[in-house]
Amino acid sequence: MTERTAQATWLVLGGSSSVARAFARVAAEDGADVILAGRDMDDLKRTAADVAIRTGRRVEAVRFDAEVFDKHDVFVEHCRKRAKFLNVFLAFGAMPEQAEIDRDFALARQAVTVNYLGAMSVLQRLAPVMEAQGAGNIVALSSVAGDRGRLRNYVYGSAKAGLNTYLQGLRARLCRRGVSVTTVKPGFMDTDMTWGLEGMFLVASPEACARACLRFAKKGKDVAYFPFFWWGIMTIIRHIPERIFKRMNI
Amino acid sequence: MRSKEIGLSGWGRARTARVRAWRPERWSAVRDALAANGSAGMIAYAGGRSYGDAALNDGGDAILTERLNRVLSADWKSGEIVCEPGVSFAELMRIGLAHGFVPPVTPGTGFATVGGGVANDVHGKNHDRHGSFGDHVRWLELMTPDGTVRRVSPDDDAELFAATVGGIGLTGIMLAVCFRMRKVSSNAVNVTERRARDLAEFLSMQEAARESATYSVGWIDATARGRRLGRGIFETAEEADEGVEPPAAGGRRMPVEMPGFALNRLTVGLFNSLYYRRVPKRGRQGRAPLTRFLYPLDAIEDWNRMYGRRGFHQFQCVLPDAAAPAGLRLLMESISSAGTGSFLAVLKTLGGEGKGHLSFPMRGYTLALDFPARRGVTELLSRLEAITVDHGGRVYLAKDAVLSPESLPAMYPRLAAFRAVLDRVDPDRRMISDMARRLGIRGGDA
Repeated sequence: MTERTAQATWLVLGGSSSVARAFARVAAEDGADVILAGRDMDDLKRTAADVAIRTGRRVEAVRFDAEVFDKHDVFVEHCRKRAKFLNVFLAFGAMPEQAEIDRDFALARQAVTVNYLGAMSVLQRLAPVMEAQGAGNIVALSSVAGDRGRLRNYVYGSAKAGLNTYLQGLRARLCRRGVSVTTVKPGFMDTDMTWGLEGMFLVASPEACARACLRFAKKGKDVAYFPFFWWGIMTIIRHIPERIFKRMNI
Repeated sequence: MRSKEIGLSGWGRARTARVRAWRPERWSAVRDALAANGSAGMIAYAGGRSYGDAALNDGGDAILTERLNRVLSADWKSGEIVCEPGVSFAELMRIGLAHGFVPPVTPGTGFATVGGGVANDVHGKNHDRHGSFGDHVRWLELMTPDGTVRRVSPDDDAELFAATVGGIGLTGIMLAVCFRMRKVSSNAVNVTERRARDLAEFLSMQEAARESATYSVGWIDATARGRRLGRGIFETAEEADEGVEPPAAGGRRMPVEMPGFALNRLTVGLFNSLYYRRVPKRGRQGRAPLTRFLYPLDAIEDWNRMYGRRGFHQFQCVLPDAAAPAGLRLLMESISSAGTGSFLAVLKTLGGEGKGHLSFPMRGYTLALDFPARRGVTELLSRLEAITVDHGGRVYLAKDAVLSPESLPAMYPRLAAFRAVLDRVDPDRRMISDMARRLGIRGGDA
């Protein structure tokens, strides 16, 4: 495995997020090259320079928009040519606040388009590449929000639930070809998406999450909560009877 | 982008602020934060190592620059680096040493950041030889309060450059800083430590080392009185040809605040005595990792908790060469007779003026010491302030929380030029800090 990582390139989708940035650093420190993909090219180029200087690895920035499905084919083809061996870290997402979604359906559509369809679109095109490699790791950042529909963020949660189910199927498809698919369900993370949100507790750092994600990939984990204790929290939350749960303010 | 209500404090913990904090991770978010800035103004807060209120803005906005911490380019032939303001000196040291380079100048803690280094025009133990950080800045990219990004340098808008270097953050938010790292032959220095029996001997040792030593610093016993007044340990260091095993990462922590009574005349006196006797009479020499020599206190991550819940003040001034012997004697006498106790006081030479309108350094001697925030400390500090003004000296704004506005123009003769730049780039006075308010730095009704 380590030998393979040494020649591998991690494709980081949604490369401007703080977890993605941290992941690019740890993956490159571990010896991999990195392709950072996202919309804010100026920002991606800055991160690419930073990671390359810190690690001496080859790091490049490539334009990618999760919502523009038509361009995903060309994008994946470009990445395939640039890398000898691909691993994939999917870190993009959109988390509009539920109250705002309730006022504006466009935000609901965006949450589903980015978190669910966007992820599915790019992973569907990456799947044959990974199958052809006959090995590799895909790690997708999902969320504990997908485990149960909650008053506070059920549209976002339903998109992540869709993603989780999709990833289960993709995992079944790719495991036959030696490719692992890891669904990571982080609890609250200290990112710009959650900065200033009410009700945050047990907030984890992006760096710790990134290190854990690389560890999960190397172990070929199927599903992992991060930090691990969220497994316990979500087990309890999943088992609360619906007639009680629907009246709870969480 | 959302903001968050948080509490911030200066490193001395005697000054605190409630702020609406923004924490941009990319440049576009800095512009959003500046645009959202309310009437209570805004200031950048980075490593949190300014001791007083230079980076605080109680009731207003703060931009935390900790996540703007990328190195944007590095040329390992010339040593030229461009990085974001949130990169710390310790990180620069680690990244640079892999290629045989170190930051040209670094303050006494590696937790300070490049942004803070520019804004306070920091100096280090090599000031006589290499000047302050601002002397090495080739250009910087600054977002002024109107949201425009300007590249300023000593040649391009020299006035704005001079107001940003040492300008305690009042010209805007830095996005990138370009400077040249310094080539070294190893990660270690050869350190020589010698005892100085009194102030006169201390000053002559320092004077003699000025032209010859790369690094120099003196630890002075602020509790010694009478014949021993001004005694201490003088350290000089030269780059070593051969390196040492890099020190292990991760320091010890200060798990709890020390109770206030633990620091008294007796314990502090004893500590200083032991520190003095640690070095044998005939002196000693040894090789040490550069980082341990430059950042002696970083081994204990939150040593500021040692001064208890109420925190402490740090006083740092510089006196010009000619006035230093008499002025330092007066300062040391006031301090030792007040007996409020300062752990380690630092006395060292500075080489010359900085480039900034409010740069601290001048050719002379700088004295720095801590005082627990207790009754009587304000009176002592204002006595020290008066002695400093009388001797043509300056108080370091990065350390300050108590200076009076009347002393500022006397200490910083280029204040008017500084104000003129701020009136041009920030006419609506949107960049502001507790320090700027306290000292009336903007002039007029500010």
